[in-house]
Amino acid sequence: MSQPTFNILLCGIGGQGVMTAAEVLAQVAATQGLDVKKTEVAGMAQRGGVVTSHVRFGEKVLAAAIPPGQADVLLGFEVAEALRWTPMLKPGGIALVNTMRIAPPVVSGGLFPYPADPEGDLRARASLLHMFDAEGIARSLGNLRLINTVMLGAAADHLPFGADLLRQAVMDRFTARKPALAEANAQAFEAGRAASATGAEAA
Amino acid sequence: MNAITIAPAGSRLLLSGNEAVARAAWEAGCLIASAYPGTPSTEILESLARYPDLHAEWAVNEKVALEVAIGASLAGARALCAMKHVGVNVAADPLMSQTLPGCRGGLVLCVADDVGLSSSQNEQDSRYWGRFAHLPVFEPADAAEAHAFLKDAFDLSERFSVPVILRLTTRVCHVKSLVEVTDRVAVPATGFVRDTSRWVLVPGNAKRLLPGLFEREERLRAEAAVSPLNVELPGTDRRIGFISSGPAAVNAREAFPEAPLFKLGLSHPLPIERLRAFAATVDTVVVAEEVEPLIEQELKAAGITVRGKDLLPRFGEMSVDVLRAGLAPLTGEDIASLPTAPDLFPRPPTMCAGCPHLSPFYALSKLSRNIVISGDIGCYTLGVGHPWNAMDTCVSMGASLSVANGLEKVLAEADPSKRVVAVIGDSTFLHMGMQGLLNLVYNRANVTVLLLDNRAVGMTGGQDHPGTGRDIQGKEAPRVNFPKLVEALGVAPERIKHHDPYDLPGLFKSIRSEVETDGVSVIITDRPCVLTDWSMPAKALYVAEDACTGCGNCLAVGCPAIVVTRRGQKTANNGQIKDLAFVKVESEFCTGCNACVGVCGPKCIIPVGSK
Repeated sequence: MSQPTFNILLCGIGGQGVMTAAEVLAQVAATQGLDVKKTEVAGMAQRGGVVTSHVRFGEKVLAAAIPPGQADVLLGFEVAEALRWTPMLKPGGIALVNTMRIAPPVVSGGLFPYPADPEGDLRARASLLHMFDAEGIARSLGNLRLINTVMLGAAADHLPFGADLLRQAVMDRFTARKPALAEANAQAFEAGRAASATGAEAA
Repeated sequence: MNAITIAPAGSRLLLSGNEAVARAAWEAGCLIASAYPGTPSTEILESLARYPDLHAEWAVNEKVALEVAIGASLAGARALCAMKHVGVNVAADPLMSQTLPGCRGGLVLCVADDVGLSSSQNEQDSRYWGRFAHLPVFEPADAAEAHAFLKDAFDLSERFSVPVILRLTTRVCHVKSLVEVTDRVAVPATGFVRDTSRWVLVPGNAKRLLPGLFEREERLRAEAAVSPLNVELPGTDRRIGFISSGPAAVNAREAFPEAPLFKLGLSHPLPIERLRAFAATVDTVVVAEEVEPLIEQELKAAGITVRGKDLLPRFGEMSVDVLRAGLAPLTGEDIASLPTAPDLFPRPPTMCAGCPHLSPFYALSKLSRNIVISGDIGCYTLGVGHPWNAMDTCVSMGASLSVANGLEKVLAEADPSKRVVAVIGDSTFLHMGMQGLLNLVYNRANVTVLLLDNRAVGMTGGQDHPGTGRDIQGKEAPRVNFPKLVEALGVAPERIKHHDPYDLPGLFKSIRSEVETDGVSVIITDRPCVLTDWSMPAKALYVAEDACTGCGNCLAVGCPAIVVTRRGQKTANNGQIKDLAFVKVESEFCTGCNACVGVCGPKCIIPVGSK
């Protein structure tokens, strides 16, 4: 049997940078000589809907979408979205979750409730779990757009390739156009790593 | 030009299926490419527009795109057109006829089916067109195959003088995988050669061409029988054998790695005898196809015993888990029950903060008791959702106007209390709406038309069109004048209103007044989509501290930058209990459009920096 395919499911909300993060992960896997497939489902409009992106790599990747219950890593950009996609995790898979809460208009408008304790619900559903405030980290570094660098940092030590490779890819991609953000990106990446380090305190 | 267009031969690139089709078209010497944007096909032309040595153009609709490609092919050039599945319905007229004389330069129609229905009004299976129009159909499973098959398609098209369908699905178009690219091979155009007996489809000529259609199909069937794109992948467990095509085939391989698989890359006409021989080598043949049972029915008609849609769903993706669950009655596999999904609120797509469609739909929602709202295809179709609930019909591109015509003629007598409003966007209007408006005027209808001009094909990502003043390469292009166009179609000048949608009270009054007046009126809104570079955000707004009274009026605008901070209740003077929702504006997302300012009770939504 060949080496099994490694599966990363990223989820969040349109406009958060989920697809860009998935693209970086897929590119890094490709540079390691692995076969890669990356697919996403974004709703019909540009913003605000659920976005998921599937990144699969290994010796030979067949299906584009991760079958339910086979995700090695669930990278959740928003806490309720992470909860929504927990059935995709494989037994023993790890969830890395931004505790940021974003209520859609149907919640704001009073049609549906936001879960009272999404963190607690996540603990009940994912045996391996790190939760952290990526929004707070990004804010403290002065730019909300750093959330996806924090998220990639959080994933860095839970992948079959070294964290330095991903770190370099993030720096190459996110600082090429905005060199001024190089230092902030590096800090965001390391803060994400620290937040999801083994033994790190859950949020 | 970008990294993909300049990548040298031999590079292995991570490309989406759409990018791979574009690269392959350039490599294959394609000279003309035309398309109308439509998910999931849009990026084929967007990507092609960055290559040198060819003409890539946005067409006003798919019929036009195909006819442009036909013309280029008649001039002896390799030509491509691209569209989503429902676009072929629009292009069906030239497609069904041009199949008779065929083509000269290679002609490939790239059709992207929305299997799984993530962004469309139906899930129709474009492989039917191959049967209907007697054209060959290629079905790649991923980007590398899309890249290789498109080149084969051009080659086959020229060898048989036949237009070819490259059938893609969302899981090909939008999946990135590794593709090894090559250099471009120039294929100079051979020029137009007059041959009226072939290219002029009068009845006498068409009748003479008919027998050739069926003779060509049998030659193509012989080609499919020897095509290397139709391959048998061996397997050790011969209890089940799969016949499959496209992404369903790789999914079947993952779900049942030991099962023999006959993978069809050139899937129409079917290589029946090869499939009959394959069927004889396994206990049970299962046909896994997305989505209609086309291959299955043809095999059954040929007397080959197969299973298929009796086990598998009639719609949606044939994904790994769907295949395993469907085949459980055959395999006896105990499908382990997955954890159930948590019971959570839905998160439907929303209009953007500052979207110029917010105000029109706020106005329509306030008038909705007395009007029927005939909608159309675009971002504004979201007006059907919360909080506006302001769309009653949506069928196809341009249908808002013509459905309104029919509604109004009947309701005028059956329910005179109801007036009819049609809502259509700029690009949809130019695609197929002009005819409907002309029809309304000609037939003396009483309909108010909202033409929401946001200067982009918004829903597919802000592409240009003849109303934006730019072409696909971003160069300046002639820009249609909507008021003049509408007037030329016969709408009385005094019934053509131009409105800034950010002036919500003014727009509301205008719509209400036009709705109450007989005849055809057109109200044009003119703010650009906030995701385009035409958009210039104003100073963001915020809610003055402690001034919000919780009236909730602003929430009815539907802007996602307005969020509830807390809820409460108050008892009104008449004793009724009223729910309150106190809000804040997420200033990072706010564009300062002011749509919410006009409806705010205590006037406490003000620009950042003011007090």
